[in-house]
Amino acid sequence: MASNTIKLRATEADGQVTIKALITHPMELGTRKDAKTGELIPAHFIQDVTVNHAGKPIVTGAWSGGVSKDPYLSVRFAGKKGDEVSVAWKDNKGDSDSVSAQVG
Amino acid sequence: MNTSTKRRVFLKGSMAATAVGVAVGAGLLAPRAVLAAWPEEAFKAKEIGVALKSLLGSDAFDASADIDVKAPDIAENGAVVPITVETKLKDVESITVLAAKNPVPLVASYAMGKGADGFVSMRIKMGATADVIAIVKAGGKLFSAKKEVKVTVGGCGG
Repeated sequence: MASNTIKLRATEADGQVTIKALITHPMELGTRKDAKTGELIPAHFIQDVTVNHAGKPIVTGAWSGGVSKDPYLSVRFAGKKGDEVSVAWKDNKGDSDSVSAQVG
Repeated sequence: MNTSTKRRVFLKGSMAATAVGVAVGAGLLAPRAVLAAWPEEAFKAKEIGVALKSLLGSDAFDASADIDVKAPDIAENGAVVPITVETKLKDVESITVLAAKNPVPLVASYAMGKGADGFVSMRIKMGATADVIAIVKAGGKLFSAKKEVKVTVGGCGG
């Protein structure tokens, strides 16, 4: 999987770092049918998402296919400008991606 | 054996074959990747209580005024419903988001590390008008808050 599926913004205000991540992913439930063929579209969704701060996981999420297509996630935690943050995901097919950024 | 009986036998046989084909297809459509961390049982549960017991070990929770669930009153498109869960509770261990009437109510669950704020914002799918329920585990106890979202077009089926 290409490494450009995540857009990540990290900003700091008053000692709080806000992470905003936009992930490009189909988030297919596996219960939808193809409109043309009538066949079920196989499930394909992100199961694990991790937000790391200074190399340590600070928020780890488990997702179902109930998360919208091209998921957006925002979390907050204590931190400062220049800290390294990263977001990683892994889906039910074993694909994964991660990206890191500096808090600005 | 006359022709029509033969045809009947043939039809029976092909129908049985089709049934097997469907079963195999269904098996293939649900690949079970080995992911120890992902709580598969909770994500398969059709009932909120079952999902919570499996995920958090308990389905007993108290309503809390310290949890704020932000979501639109009316969502025209159930496929994209923006929600925000924010809590003032201390020692937040996890935040879990459920959509009460989805085929699989459990949407997402977040484990909050030390230093993390009680804040999660995301977009979820909703199959029908229902409550968005947030369950916050703080100090070993479960607290909840909910907000009803009217869904005009569901986003869970095809």
